Amino acid sequence: MKQSLINYIFQLADNKLILGQRLSEWCGHAPELEIDIALTNIALDLIGQSRNLYSYAAELEGKGRTEDDMAYLRDCEAYRNVLLAEQPNEDFAYTIARQFFFDVYNHLFHKELVNSKDEQLAAIAEKSLKEINYHIRFSSEWVIRLGDGTEVSHAKMQTAVDDLWDYIGEMTTMNETDRLMLAEGVGVDLNKIRTAYFHKVKEILAEATLNIPEEEPFQKGGKDGLHSEHLGHLLTELQWMQRAYPGAQW
Amino acid sequence: MVTINKIWKLLEQVYDPEIPVLTVVDMGVVRHINPFGYGVEVVITPTYSGCPAMKSIEFNIIAELEANGIHPVKVTTVLSPAWTTDWMSEEGRRKLKEYGIAPPIPGTNAKRIEALFAEAPQPECPHCESKETKLISQFGSTACKALYQCNSCKEPFDYFKCH
Ligand SMILES: [Zn+2]
Repeated sequence: MKQSLINYIFQLADNKLILGQRLSEWCGHAPELEIDIALTNIALDLIGQSRNLYSYAAELEGKGRTEDDMAYLRDCEAYRNVLLAEQPNEDFAYTIARQFFFDVYNHLFHKELVNSKDEQLAAIAEKSLKEINYHIRFSSEWVIRLGDGTEVSHAKMQTAVDDLWDYIGEMTTMNETDRLMLAEGVGVDLNKIRTAYFHKVKEILAEATLNIPEEEPFQKGGKDGLHSEHLGHLLTELQWMQRAYPGAQW
Repeated sequence: MVTINKIWKLLEQVYDPEIPVLTVVDMGVVRHINPFGYGVEVVITPTYSGCPAMKSIEFNIIAELEANGIHPVKVTTVLSPAWTTDWMSEEGRRKLKEYGIAPPIPGTNAKRIEALFAEAPQPECPHCESKETKLISQFGSTACKALYQCNSCKEPFDYFKCH
């Protein structure tokens, strides 16, 4: 039970750290100053949420590891984030599509997680949800603005949606850890939010005048440690300092 | 003998590192004070999950209390109930405005922001008190602020968003 709970926390925390790291790559490069600040604010929220989760996992584990060990000293196969989170930024449309697909899930997920029997997870969820409310509004509005925008923004948004579509099923697909935690009353029933997820995604894409891909999203594996090559490159940058100078502190 | 009142008074000397006119008490970050023996446990809650000021707030609380002979000082962080701008003191709101940041408008909480393209709250311009202001971005210079502009004096300003 304890190990399953720790694995479950990694699934949640790794999504946030990896997506937060991706968003932070925009720092100083976004199309407008306000967008730069927005993307890095969202990154900060997500990384902050992951810190609360990593600290909790470290405490449960009781082996003297800290939140930093969890972020800086685990290798690819130990990471449990969904494949969507590690996909590269590419351009602004990709970044917004990825964020939107994630935020819709994250929002529905946390609305359920606040009822977890695990008090600390419920507390982290309650805190996170207030921040996620801002994220989903930001990304949804941008999907609509770009999709229902100019010919160029529409085309770029459509490409991003088509390319990322295959990755969006994994978030609401249960793996063994999800099933165990659901049975304990700790985890969220992903089957329950799956319908709402696709309903919301399609509603916003339609409002954005974008085509909704027809195929069933099939990519998965991240939640069980099977990642795309992108994660290795991301971790190389994220973990470089601690790998080169073990134990370095501020 | 240290009284709870004295500790609250001392905490009114501990300022938020990012908004240096507000104390941790004004912000509503201090939730409980539990004295034990000659020491005290101070229970705090973060404003935002990623608030980078929390660690230095913790150090500053310990330093302030220990400098006044209270020892040991233990700072505990709790996440629930989640912090809300409703906990900001009247004094805090007044000081924010004086400092050039529009204080949060009660009742414009996160529930309302679920609606897309919803009308944003309209804070008064802290420079010229005009009510004609517009939202530039929900995300501002720190996690707790949104960016606005005044239509009357044209100055940009920060709004401490309701949370
Ligand atoms: Zn003005």
